[in-house]
Amino acid sequence: MIAVQAALEPLTILIAEDSAADRLLLSSIVRRQGHQVLTAANGAEAVEAFRQQRPQLVLMDAMMPVMDGFEAARQIKALAGETLVPIIFLTSLSESEALARCLEVGGDDFLAKPYNQVILAAKIKAMDRLRRLQETVLQQRDQIARHHDYLLNEQRVAKAVFDKVAHSGCLNAPNIRYLQSPYALFNGDLLLAAFTPAGDMHVLLGDFTGHGLPAAVGAMPLAEVFYGMTAKGYGLAETLREMNAKLKRILPVDMFCCATLLSLSFQRQSVEVWNGGMPDGYLHSIASGERTPLKARHLPLGVLTPQTFDDRTEVFPMALGDRVFLLSDGVIDTCDVNDQLFGVERLQQVFAANRQPDALFEDIEQALRDFRGEARDDVSMVEISLLDPNLLSPPAPIYSDSGQSCPLDWSVSFEFRAATLKRFNPLPYLLQLLLEVHGLRTQSGALYSVLAELYSNALEHGVLGLDSSLKRDVAGFARYYQQRNARLEALEDGYVRVHLQVTPEGEGGCLVIRVEDSGKGFDVERVMARPVDPVRLSGRGVSLIRQLGRNAHWTDDGRSARVEFFWEALA
Amino acid sequence: MADIHLDPDVLSALRDVMEDEFSTLIDTFLADSEQRLRQLTVAGDATQLLEAAHSFKGSSSNMGAIRLAALCHDLEQRSKERNLSGIELLIADITREFALIRPLYEDERTRAGSAIATVRPY
Repeated sequence: MIAVQAALEPLTILIAEDSAADRLLLSSIVRRQGHQVLTAANGAEAVEAFRQQRPQLVLMDAMMPVMDGFEAARQIKALAGETLVPIIFLTSLSESEALARCLEVGGDDFLAKPYNQVILAAKIKAMDRLRRLQETVLQQRDQIARHHDYLLNEQRVAKAVFDKVAHSGCLNAPNIRYLQSPYALFNGDLLLAAFTPAGDMHVLLGDFTGHGLPAAVGAMPLAEVFYGMTAKGYGLAETLREMNAKLKRILPVDMFCCATLLSLSFQRQSVEVWNGGMPDGYLHSIASGERTPLKARHLPLGVLTPQTFDDRTEVFPMALGDRVFLLSDGVIDTCDVNDQLFGVERLQQVFAANRQPDALFEDIEQALRDFRGEARDDVSMVEISLLDPNLLSPPAPIYSDSGQSCPLDWSVSFEFRAATLKRFNPLPYLLQLLLEVHGLRTQSGALYSVLAELYSNALEHGVLGLDSSLKRDVAGFARYYQQRNARLEALEDGYVRVHLQVTPEGEGGCLVIRVEDSGKGFDVERVMARPVDPVRLSGRGVSLIRQLGRNAHWTDDGRSARVEFFWEALA
Repeated sequence: MADIHLDPDVLSALRDVMEDEFSTLIDTFLADSEQRLRQLTVAGDATQLLEAAHSFKGSSSNMGAIRLAALCHDLEQRSKERNLSGIELLIADITREFALIRPLYEDERTRAGSAIATVRPY
């Protein structure tokens, strides 16, 4: 007889055989091949031995007392579950019917008596290969399942972290409606909203190139810049420049972010827009029913160098109730079964057919479903309406310092000259300086609004000599901002001076703001004689200052403005 | 003469596989077979007869008892076919065949023991 080599890895093999001589013989053969042997004299013993010791392979006699091999095989296969425990039937059965029954109950092979060592060794080897294969498949399946769970968990954690950042904003404000898939972040879609210190609202809808985690990572720094700079009172231009520079620096070349950034001013009733590579947004005038497209005039964020980046914005007047609608390319790039795009025309048909402005999202979604049969998961839409500012409640800023180092008796003067006026917005710095005075913090909104109005009056009407009466109508409004940009570009001399003086008064204190400009001045008496009129587009600045600050007055033919803020003892 | 009853190749393979336990295997087989014979003689119906004949056939074929295995096969077939007339004659043949091969196995066992005895001193 040929000596058979021991298997590479010894197995534990259960031998179930009622004949003592056959059991002994088979045990010796299997042991000589290097395996461990368990024995059972009937089916019931075999099931019990399997239950307790989990052998990897079973040699099973078919005809046994107490419980036959067929029943034992069935029970062992059930106990083994997903694990493949090969069962080789030991049999001198010759009828095909009986052999078929062996397979039906889960048997994997046969071994005929008299036993042949070589064939037995080959069969054990073959069955062991099969067993290992199944084991590998199960391991890989479990590994894939674990990886999948891991990935989903990572996304959950990333989303949770991101939601903390994203929802530090004001997406839940009563004038915002938006629709985004829960995992839009992993489609690269990003929606942010926050109030400025003056109570304006900044909104960003962005769309990063790519999908999954890579598309989501850029969202974090972008959100940080957006919230940080908005809270400090920076305008769109500075915020855009910073976001572009940051993304340009950190993102790989083939990654960038299409974005629309808005600043909605409830007090000035206008919206300032910058659109870089996003689909057209729409400004919907409720009175006229007209929808003005907010077109992409720029390359996406993260493409151009800081030197070549263009931060020019457009300003549109709005009336109470007017809405700005922004959408991601998931809407218009939705394809039907024939690869036809949904497109802008179909979107405009939905606009035209829309009867209830509040049901616009639902109308668009329905149109997409009708077009495609199923909605895509990367559709983002947001609608912001211009509400009465009294209906909105910007959150009070949170300060972390204790107030021990609060400065109470000081003054400072700045002169900002032409080259600076062109490209630098001093307001965030001035505001931060003033907010070191704790008593002023509760009125930071009013303070910022007044400061912003004084500064823009000095710059636009004073230094640039723009006529505010231009803003009487919608067309003039646009012309006004075109002229503003053009004159600022060409500016060669002129200045704006800002004097701040803080003095303690009893337990409280007083702030005096003086702003002077190099312009021609204006007829103070005529402007002051005008009633405070919140509806007209022009002249809002002066009435705003008079409402929010104390003792506002103008001297030097309107070239010098002065306003005061007071505070009482802190609680 | 003995070759018709016992297959010498099988026996030598068994000796090879079992080594020290060859005599235990023979003792086990002989005891097992006596039990099967008793089952054959007291079997009450064809099914009991069939099961005993099937098992006896299996173990005797493993042990190289060619003629005994063949007789058990006949008995198994006739039990399956319910062809039981004159079955006592076949059972008597099986008993006789076993009585004949039993001393041959005992001889083999002795040879195994002495073979080991001659090997051991080394």
